[in-house]
Amino acid sequence: MSVLDVLLDEQPAGPVPAVIEFAALTRTFPGDPPVVALHPADLRIEAGDYLSIIGPSGSGKSTLLHILGLLDRPSSGEYLLNGSPTGAASESDRSRLRGGCIGFVFQSFHLLPHRTVLDNVLLATLYSGVPRAERRDRAMAALHRVHLDHRVDFLPTVLSGGERQRVAIARAIVAEPQVLLADEPTGNLDSVNSAGVLDLFDELHGDGLTLVVITHDSQVSARAQRRVRISDGRLTELA
Amino acid sequence: MRRLLTRTRPTTDPDGFGLADARATPAVAKRPPRGDRFGARDLFAEATFGVGARPGRLILTIMGTVLGIASVVVTVGLANTTAGQINKQFDAVAATQVVVEPAKSTGGGQTRAKARIPWDAAERVSRLAGVESAGTLAEVDVRGAQVTSVPVNDPSQAAQTSVPVLASSEGLLETVRGVVVTGRNFDSGHDARGDRVVVLGARAAESLGVHRVDRQPSIFIGEDSYTVIGIIDDVKRKTELLDAVILPMGTARSDFDLAAPAELQVRIAPGAGEVVAEQAPIALDPNSPDGFSVKAPPARSTVQQNVQADVDLIFLALGAVALLIGGVGIANVTLLSVMERVGEIGLRRALGATRRDIAAQFIVESAIIGLIGGLIGASLGVAVVVLVSALQSWVPILDLRVVGAAAVAGGLIGLAAGFYPALKAAAIEPITALRRGV
Repeated sequence: MSVLDVLLDEQPAGPVPAVIEFAALTRTFPGDPPVVALHPADLRIEAGDYLSIIGPSGSGKSTLLHILGLLDRPSSGEYLLNGSPTGAASESDRSRLRGGCIGFVFQSFHLLPHRTVLDNVLLATLYSGVPRAERRDRAMAALHRVHLDHRVDFLPTVLSGGERQRVAIARAIVAEPQVLLADEPTGNLDSVNSAGVLDLFDELHGDGLTLVVITHDSQVSARAQRRVRISDGRLTELA
Repeated sequence: MRRLLTRTRPTTDPDGFGLADARATPAVAKRPPRGDRFGARDLFAEATFGVGARPGRLILTIMGTVLGIASVVVTVGLANTTAGQINKQFDAVAATQVVVEPAKSTGGGQTRAKARIPWDAAERVSRLAGVESAGTLAEVDVRGAQVTSVPVNDPSQAAQTSVPVLASSEGLLETVRGVVVTGRNFDSGHDARGDRVVVLGARAAESLGVHRVDRQPSIFIGEDSYTVIGIIDDVKRKTELLDAVILPMGTARSDFDLAAPAELQVRIAPGAGEVVAEQAPIALDPNSPDGFSVKAPPARSTVQQNVQADVDLIFLALGAVALLIGGVGIANVTLLSVMERVGEIGLRRALGATRRDIAAQFIVESAIIGLIGGLIGASLGVAVVVLVSALQSWVPILDLRVVGAAAVAGGLIGLAAGFYPALKAAAIEPITALRRGV
């Protein structure tokens, strides 16, 4: 059912649509004069891609991330997720798509401080329709995947930054999304922890997960297989 | 990832996200089975965590509701308890006693009685419905004669305070709930014949040195001897009887020219006060019932009831105000909590929560807070009612349904208080919310 399963299949049936496809997508914020945050953009992210979007602050990175994450709607053009148009989807359908298809990793981790590591990971299973009986096992498996078996019952407040971000990554992958959206994932981490997180991304990519990492750090961006620069709302793919 | 995926991912494609889907398929995620969606169980688990995250604040939040619910329960409980207490006291002496006296008229500097209580007054009123017993009473003017146990004419002796002499009909003792300690009471025969017998009040007997009546001791009023046939005690009304020498009415009439009984004591059935008060004067003198003044207990202590009702109303009003404040307090703190948890709300939205899920969580959190407040308040109220009753030696009377309803009312207040904060929470845009940390 996911990108990965299809990749594992010997003979995928029919033409494979891109996980993410932008068709002349723009985003304009109303005002006088209107602010064009994203000029008409075309972007195609195939299943299994590891793509980085690099740009300075104010370049439209956040706008792009919000549209990618179905948190914002484009002003014109179409955003196809798994080949399906999302523009006309209702708010609750978009919520459901967010829960089921997209995993988020944030710069500031966004872990609930009063809940254990396991609870934080389980949170992502609540809204994404993961079968109730599988939730705990899946969360444990996801934590195993990010090498945090020994931190299951800890509170996030006692973990290091790198461990916190790995909890966030476990939470992002537990519902088995088609794409992982990471927004400055190393922004709050020192170099050692950053390296650990980026190594983990490599592992996940190696396992077939589609990754989109948004950053202003060229070192982080360099780890990706494809690099897209965003500047003043214009996308250009770097060779 | 592969290990994780191969272990958990089914080979079929129930969610409709497969890559094989044709482009024409609208981007509408197929809803997962009901049991796997964000349901009541998840909602309550999440809400409970939300409530329990800050115990200190929870206590402050529920304070208003606790006080409001407690004061309502206390008011209702104490109202019931005191009502029960009033019902119990209704049997008491004061509520079952009627006194009839001749009305007094004042004119020309003199006060004179307007009517005369007939000798057979006790007999007349005892036929009325509600009258249990009746007896007449009069003070006897002994014209300065001393009451003594031995007649000694000693001019050098200092003047003694005289023991008062009273006359009564046979039924008076029962009417004032006195008991014969020793000997017997006089009867209608003594009364009719004017026998020279007396009954002594317990204190009068002591001062006269009479302790036994089996040897038929005598006392002297002036120089006439009277046989003591009994000693009485424990009267509930007219305690002056205990200090007095009591003659039969007929004896007083023949020996001391008693003109008429001074008052009529009537013991009535509970609740008969009004009827007896109306009928007794007519029974005594059908031609001029206005000549008598009647002291009867009111139908029920209406004044007291009115005051009680006012007090209850004030307490209920205070309780309602406290509940209102409690509700506003919950709304306030929940609103604060929404503002503090903007990051969490954004995160949940990013994880796939709909606006409805977010709103439901905050409403349920608020309802749980209200319910906790209601339960604690109801328990506190019951405790106060029991404690007050224990201190007053009352029987606590409290309808348990009221207690249950009060606790539930707390939950409803929380529910109502949660609406506005929940709408606020649902309206939060995930984009803005995610800019803040959790």
